[in-house]
Amino acid sequence: MSLTQAAATGDSHHPIGNLASSEFLIFRLGKEEYGIEILKVQEIRGYDTITRIANSPEFIKGVINLRGVIVPIVDMRIKFNLGEAHYDQFTVVIILNLSGRVIGIVVDGVSDVINLNTEQLRPAPEFGGVIDTEYIIGLGTMEERMLILVDIEKLMSSPDMGILEQAVK
Amino acid sequence: MSTDLEQFYEIFFEEAGELLAEMETRLLRLNVQSPDPEDLNAIFRVAHSIKGGAGTFGFADMTELTHVLESLLDRLRKDELELRSEMVDAFLHARDILVRQLEGHKGNDSADPAEVETIIRTLKELENDTGDSAAMVEPASVPMTSMESPPEEEQIVASEAGELADETEQTREMAENAFDPEGATTYLIEFGCDNLAKPVMDKLLADLAQQGKLVNLTGPGNGQICKLQLATRVSEEDVWESLAFLVDPTRLIIKVAGKTADTSSADAITPEPSVRQDQVQSPAADPVPAKVEAQQAVAEPVVTSAAATAPPVTSELATAASQETKQPAKTTTSATTSAPRTKASAESSAAASGESSSIRVSVEKVDQMINLVGELVITQAMLAQTASQIDPVIYEKLLNGLNQLERNTRDLQEAVMSIRMMPISFVFSRVPRVVRDVASKLGKQVDLKTVGEGTELDKGLIEKITDPLTHLIRNSLDHGIETPEKRKALGKPERGTITLRASHQGGSIIIEVADDGGGLNREKILEKARSRGLPVSENMTDQEVWMLIFEAGFSTADVVTDVSGRGVGMDVVKRNIEGLDGRVEINSVTGQGTRISIRLPLTLAILDGLSVAVGDQMFIIPLGYITESLKPAAGDIRTIRGQGRVVQVRGEYLPVIALHEIFNIEPVVQQIHEGILVILDAEGSKAAMFVDTLVGQHQVVIKSLESNYRRVQGVSGATIMGDGSVALILDAAGLVNVTKQRMINAA
Repeated sequence: MSLTQAAATGDSHHPIGNLASSEFLIFRLGKEEYGIEILKVQEIRGYDTITRIANSPEFIKGVINLRGVIVPIVDMRIKFNLGEAHYDQFTVVIILNLSGRVIGIVVDGVSDVINLNTEQLRPAPEFGGVIDTEYIIGLGTMEERMLILVDIEKLMSSPDMGILEQAVK
Repeated sequence: MSTDLEQFYEIFFEEAGELLAEMETRLLRLNVQSPDPEDLNAIFRVAHSIKGGAGTFGFADMTELTHVLESLLDRLRKDELELRSEMVDAFLHARDILVRQLEGHKGNDSADPAEVETIIRTLKELENDTGDSAAMVEPASVPMTSMESPPEEEQIVASEAGELADETEQTREMAENAFDPEGATTYLIEFGCDNLAKPVMDKLLADLAQQGKLVNLTGPGNGQICKLQLATRVSEEDVWESLAFLVDPTRLIIKVAGKTADTSSADAITPEPSVRQDQVQSPAADPVPAKVEAQQAVAEPVVTSAAATAPPVTSELATAASQETKQPAKTTTSATTSAPRTKASAESSAAASGESSSIRVSVEKVDQMINLVGELVITQAMLAQTASQIDPVIYEKLLNGLNQLERNTRDLQEAVMSIRMMPISFVFSRVPRVVRDVASKLGKQVDLKTVGEGTELDKGLIEKITDPLTHLIRNSLDHGIETPEKRKALGKPERGTITLRASHQGGSIIIEVADDGGGLNREKILEKARSRGLPVSENMTDQEVWMLIFEAGFSTADVVTDVSGRGVGMDVVKRNIEGLDGRVEINSVTGQGTRISIRLPLTLAILDGLSVAVGDQMFIIPLGYITESLKPAAGDIRTIRGQGRVVQVRGEYLPVIALHEIFNIEPVVQQIHEGILVILDAEGSKAAMFVDTLVGQHQVVIKSLESNYRRVQGVSGATIMGDGSVALILDAAGLVNVTKQRMINAA
């Protein structure tokens, strides 16, 4: 049974049931593995020159020129205190397209794209990890791996990210 | 309704919108005493075209209203009714309702049905009212009217619309028309139908079949060109219009195959209006020619013009026709019926030339093109930079090519940018209506003068400037121009004048709203400001005092009217204009008038800027704010209470904005006198910005930072530099104001 079917059965209490896709892009932050919906990903690119924006939080690295579009870059490692925030030719930026808003996130590495079915999904734990449970859709299990599935759109538009206008006063 | 028709909705919406705008312009231009027949005809055509389009798409509400409108207009243009000012009012009102109905079909709020009812009733009353009085004066005109009822009334829509007295007349006409082969004209219609979807085609055929007897002559093997034969009493112009919304007009050919032979021959060729009037005035005219008249009326305005241009021919033919029977009759018929064709083709060719000289392109496409060209310019700059390091002797040809590329990309960029430019007449054309409405509401007499309507500016600006400008005009009307009595007492002409002027000045466009009214009252403004607790003093310059009227909630009007006076608006006007990177200035002489000038950048997309370096970062300062750059002497820099720093420039002390402090950057230069000061002037307040070095002057493409990120204090946008990196554009006005505030707090 696929996720979309799960949604169709009206299992609205199950947060995973509301997902549009069951394919996830898996990236690493420190030792943890996170998954985001593949449809939210526009592209993956390397890290190059960034123009800093003054008086912005440390995790907002600045803006880049992505083929004529000014895109802000968020370093998830700094934001969640995971991994070493160093930048070299292996540093990966995932460009997200969240309802037309283009944002880049810096992660430790991108591993793979996997397809998860409902049996592999667990509800989010009650206790919060580095990312508030509010932004976690659930946990995915795959063999020995545990994948934290993040509602990246909700996370990015959250006030403490300070990316959206409403977040700042 | 089939979904395939929906793709044509957009076209109809746009065309109808333009037509309605034209209608408004023409209505406002109408002189009630002696209306220009050309305008009346044009207004009639608008109503008629919209009716045709609305009918095709099944927008019954619009068809109904335009139908009533059209009947009245038709009688006006034929001089059967006298134009009165309340008619113009009703027409304008009807136009507004049509605009709202159109909105309704686009999925927005539609017009109130009750209101539609009212206006339809008003229009009908207007028509009947004068119709009766005319009948009393000249009884002969009554039969003529019935016969000259516009052909459109014979269409299906008429039966839905006509509810009042003229319904019987119409039904009679319809019955007469329904299948009366006599007098029907047979048209051969050819058009390219290879790109028409089947439902569209079916709809088209059904529409035509309603107008008369339709024979489909399209060969089964011929999918490219459709041939139809239509026998109908509807005029060629109408057939054309019912098709033109669905079929590519350039590939539509309508030929007259001939009229069904009837008594018409002799009379059909005497379309001179004077002749007809003679006929009508002599009651002896028997029913047969009268009927022919009715037929003739189908192509009435056109035929008249044709007759006017070639009267000898027609009279010659007339003689010939009266002598011989069939053969000449055919010639004359084609002569007269070709007249509307000529007109229609002239009209359509005018429309076609209008089409070929402009095309509709969505703004997104243009913006995409601007983006791509911007990228091209960047690539070109990168190439040029790389090429500067190679040996010019060996790579001479490559370098020549690169030079050419640079020129071409610049030209291309300019050309692409100019696509977005539109003449300001798009804004100005809406103003006469505002002036008319507001002036009549206030009982003032005002003339509007517009100068420089051809001045071009960015389309985005056009949209955004309309509201502020309208507000300024209302304000001038309400507070500026005095009542006629007062003006007379002051020895001024009773009619006030509002002048709208647009002009280019350097890289900006200046839009002025000037009135010859009472001007601003310095004392009154100061008093008001004091009572509102604003910091004012008697030493303020006039300029500063006038700017107070842009403060929120500020109104010097003694009486609050529903036009203005609540003090809401002028601050919004100023904010809107500043949001567009523009500036407002007021000049006023008490008793003589006020002039408000708006200075706007030509485009929102490009900015002339000076790039400056601070530490490892590059910033762009909009050139418009820069008055000069200088290297100060160490002695010219002072501190105030150890907090703020000021620099003396030619006797003036200006606050220093240290860019590295605002943006937390480690600067290369620590001491102000070792760096550069850029003197900024924002709305009269000056400040000196301390930067490491000046880099160069650029034209930069403005990119929004906010589309993907939030607003950043002190930054108005971003741009992409020649090397592909991002540079932030400084919000000069904001920075100056913040610094000024800080200095005031410190002092």
